[in-house]
Amino acid sequence: MTGHDVYLLSPEISLVGLALLVMALDLVIRRKGLLTLVAVAGLALPMALSIVLWGEVSSDGRMVGVMGALSIDKFALFFKFLILGVTGLLLAASVDYAGRLPRLRGEFIGLILLSATGMMLLASATELITLYVALELSALPMIALATFRMTPRAGEAGLKFLVLSGVSSALLLYGMVLVYGVTGTTYLSEIGAALATPMDASIPFGSVALLVGVILIVAGFGFKISAAPFHMWAPDVYQGGPTPVVAFLSVASKAAGFAILLRVFYTAFPSMDLDWSMLFAVLAVVSMTLGNLMAMVQSNIKRLLAYSTVAHAGYMLVGLAAVASRIDGDGTAAGPGSLLFYLGAYAVTNLTAFFVVMVVANKLETREIDDYSGLSRRSPFLAGALAFALVSLIGIPPTGLFIGKIFLFTSAVQSGLAWLAIAGVVNSVISAYYYLRIVRLMYMGEARDEKKLGVSWVFGLALAVSAVSVLALGVAPRLITWLTDGAARVLIG
Amino acid sequence: MNEFDGILTAVVFLPLAGAILLLVLARTDRWVRLTALAVAVADFALAVLVFVRYDADGSSRFQLLDRFEWISTEVFTAHYQLGVDGISAPLVLLTGLLGLCAVLASWSIKMRVKEYFVWLLVLQTAVMGVFVSLDFLLFFLFWELELIPMYFLISIWGSGRKEYSAMKFLVFTFLGSAFMLVSILALFLVDGGAQLDMIGWAESGADLARTVIPISVVFWFFFVAFAVKLPLLPVHTWLPDAHTDAPTAVSMMLAGVLLKMGGYGLLRITVGMFPGITVDHALILTVLAVVTILYAAVVTLRQTDLKRLIAYSSVSHMGLVVLGIGAVGMAAGTYSKLGLTGAAMQLFTHGTITGLLFLCVGVLYERTHTRYIPDLGGLAQRMPFLAVAFVIAGLASLGLPGLSGFVSEILVFLGAFKAFPWLTAFGAFGIVIAAGYILWMLQRALFGPARDRFAHIGQSTLVERIPMALLVISIVVVGVYPSILTDVFDAGLLPITTVLGR
Repeated sequence: MTGHDVYLLSPEISLVGLALLVMALDLVIRRKGLLTLVAVAGLALPMALSIVLWGEVSSDGRMVGVMGALSIDKFALFFKFLILGVTGLLLAASVDYAGRLPRLRGEFIGLILLSATGMMLLASATELITLYVALELSALPMIALATFRMTPRAGEAGLKFLVLSGVSSALLLYGMVLVYGVTGTTYLSEIGAALATPMDASIPFGSVALLVGVILIVAGFGFKISAAPFHMWAPDVYQGGPTPVVAFLSVASKAAGFAILLRVFYTAFPSMDLDWSMLFAVLAVVSMTLGNLMAMVQSNIKRLLAYSTVAHAGYMLVGLAAVASRIDGDGTAAGPGSLLFYLGAYAVTNLTAFFVVMVVANKLETREIDDYSGLSRRSPFLAGALAFALVSLIGIPPTGLFIGKIFLFTSAVQSGLAWLAIAGVVNSVISAYYYLRIVRLMYMGEARDEKKLGVSWVFGLALAVSAVSVLALGVAPRLITWLTDGAARVLIG
Repeated sequence: MNEFDGILTAVVFLPLAGAILLLVLARTDRWVRLTALAVAVADFALAVLVFVRYDADGSSRFQLLDRFEWISTEVFTAHYQLGVDGISAPLVLLTGLLGLCAVLASWSIKMRVKEYFVWLLVLQTAVMGVFVSLDFLLFFLFWELELIPMYFLISIWGSGRKEYSAMKFLVFTFLGSAFMLVSILALFLVDGGAQLDMIGWAESGADLARTVIPISVVFWFFFVAFAVKLPLLPVHTWLPDAHTDAPTAVSMMLAGVLLKMGGYGLLRITVGMFPGITVDHALILTVLAVVTILYAAVVTLRQTDLKRLIAYSSVSHMGLVVLGIGAVGMAAGTYSKLGLTGAAMQLFTHGTITGLLFLCVGVLYERTHTRYIPDLGGLAQRMPFLAVAFVIAGLASLGLPGLSGFVSEILVFLGAFKAFPWLTAFGAFGIVIAAGYILWMLQRALFGPARDRFAHIGQSTLVERIPMALLVISIVVVGVYPSILTDVFDAGLLPITTVLGR
């Protein structure tokens, strides 16, 4: 490890430092509210370091470090910005939640920061073993966090998450082993080069082994992004886990999963003789449809949001399918920029929704959708924010996901997948039904109790920032399209 | 290519700004109403100004442009682009007028007043936006934006099965716009870059045949979206429910301007951008139109609820719009132009007439608490002002010469008759039936012996009379001096008829 590597890894290193600092401070200070403030303020350092790196790579493209295992480029940095921003908002919004924890507040914040570190590393990883280590670093803290409340239900959620996460890791590892066996290298770019040349006929089961390996890798990532049919863990974990953790899982973890999917399929497997586009398209349709249909019958809001993220994983896979069919074709025009935009817009939208769910769960001790009845009269701010987030999830303007869906479906049509775009649009219509059911309850239902709901200013600020970002992305998408386009161009190369 | 005149941006976003102002500042219901009224008056004034400033003889087709780049990515570029031509300028005026009338008609709303007016003003922004957007993405944005205020307005302040009706309205429209979205996506991808710019498209003047989806599919997908909104058979079933259960002012907006979005879409996009394909399918359009006109007219005859009756009559009358558009199927120049002008005129005249009809019903219902026609009667003696307005609206609706409805209907029939004489002759029966249901309704509701149980009801108030008077004036003025509008519409439709080359 050279000094240059330390420089390249400085955002991650500073984030780990911050996590350790917060846990150490927890031992000495009395006013635990300060921990959140330290953590949020401390995020400025990795953010600043990432910006410095962005400035550097904008001139010379990319920087490779740690013996070629990490690539610092605009693509990776886009995800670092995204994950840092999400982490900051989330920590600020969960200040009340953390405040109510009987103990281990420092650990709660620290584990989230460590998981974020893993996700940031994941976005840069260009080598299979590094990738796997980063993946585990991001997942293990989440498992601990899922059981944080130590209730039987949380225990069940945590155990399920642990087992299924283990299974998905095993699948992923097995897939990687097979790919390594065929190509003899763990570096993504070298795998790509090896696959571009005719395969060595002496390898037993050569092409079949490769195919199985790649499919196992897809399945392993499928768990990460909670795409059907690898989504079974999501509803239970969402229902049982602490809401802030679930919010983080649904947003940051999913973004990181898509980051690595894009990276792997763009760098390692573009030349493989396999219809990627069709594989992802089928997964997309299954995820969208299953997620939306299952969401319709839920009565628990966290389960509903779980199925909603499955559906949204489907929309994102539409983008991936479009990207994949581009690789097959001329590989130039529309790139993964649409998908990156969607991930950003989805992050702020879902955070907005989860923040409201979080505070309602905290104050009213309920996660049942029926208990949202009349919320607009108890707190116009919370109800308005949640309604706006739900409108965005449907894809109605003026919201970020409206533009995001336009981008995604355009790139699908552009890649000759018009039928997929139609499936996506029809699914959006179906989803309106269950999202609007909540809106209807909040605005037209009778409130069981007319008492006003107040929120702390830190939470209010975090909620306002995320809701305004949803609006801003819907009205002026340019705010981040220059970032996403820059990031996408790295992959297209 | 950046231009900024500003007036259209103002006319679109003034109601939204007013809504935000209400949300933040207004405390008492009285102030809410007055602020909303002030905003509506100002927006109407701006709309009049837009109409006056539009120069029908001007050299450029689209005027008063506001334009700058909005979204720019590798995938496509979209512009924030507002402008009016002869088709949209009168519709802006109509929206301003009905927006003002709707605010006045909402004076008696007692429940959650602030919220109500906020949504009403947001609705006006959305509809104005649809009429002046000249970029497909922006157009679609406003088109969808209109759903949310409508959903809330019907389901909170409506009556009867309001939540069911609101959901039905939403699902139908949303499904329709899903079709439109697919078409728009296909337009992104024609050769030579995205064709999101309606001006560029209008000026290129040709059908584009190189989309990823066959162009006729694009055409029909657009058509479905507009047919739902208009509405045409068989996708009209949301309309009677939504109209019946919506509060008075919302019914006015719905019938007066929201249906016109469908007609406007047909003129601007279906005919305006795909003239060749429209001509090919003119027969299908005409058949659909005639079926709609006749079926809805017959159903109207059987209605006993005043609002439902007017709702069905709207379906029948909007069929005339499509009949006029079907006239482009004829090879002889002036007639297809007559049909199109008639269709455009019908949008405006039906907007004011039906707006007035719904307003009258609302005022009446306010006092009698029933819309069931057999329970009404003899009201003309109790409420002479209302009766006069109601009768004028009714007569205009059945096409009495001298009132505005006549002008648009005669133009439509003149144009369509030349193109499809037999079908049009059938369609004309719709007018005969209209005379029947309108006169019968007026007779049963207003005339006849005075009833004891209505002895206590009072005259209409000034706040109710102002919008009635405004709408009556517009109906009479357009009826007596139609060229105030036809000249403008003609100017707007000229490029289309020129492309048709006939």
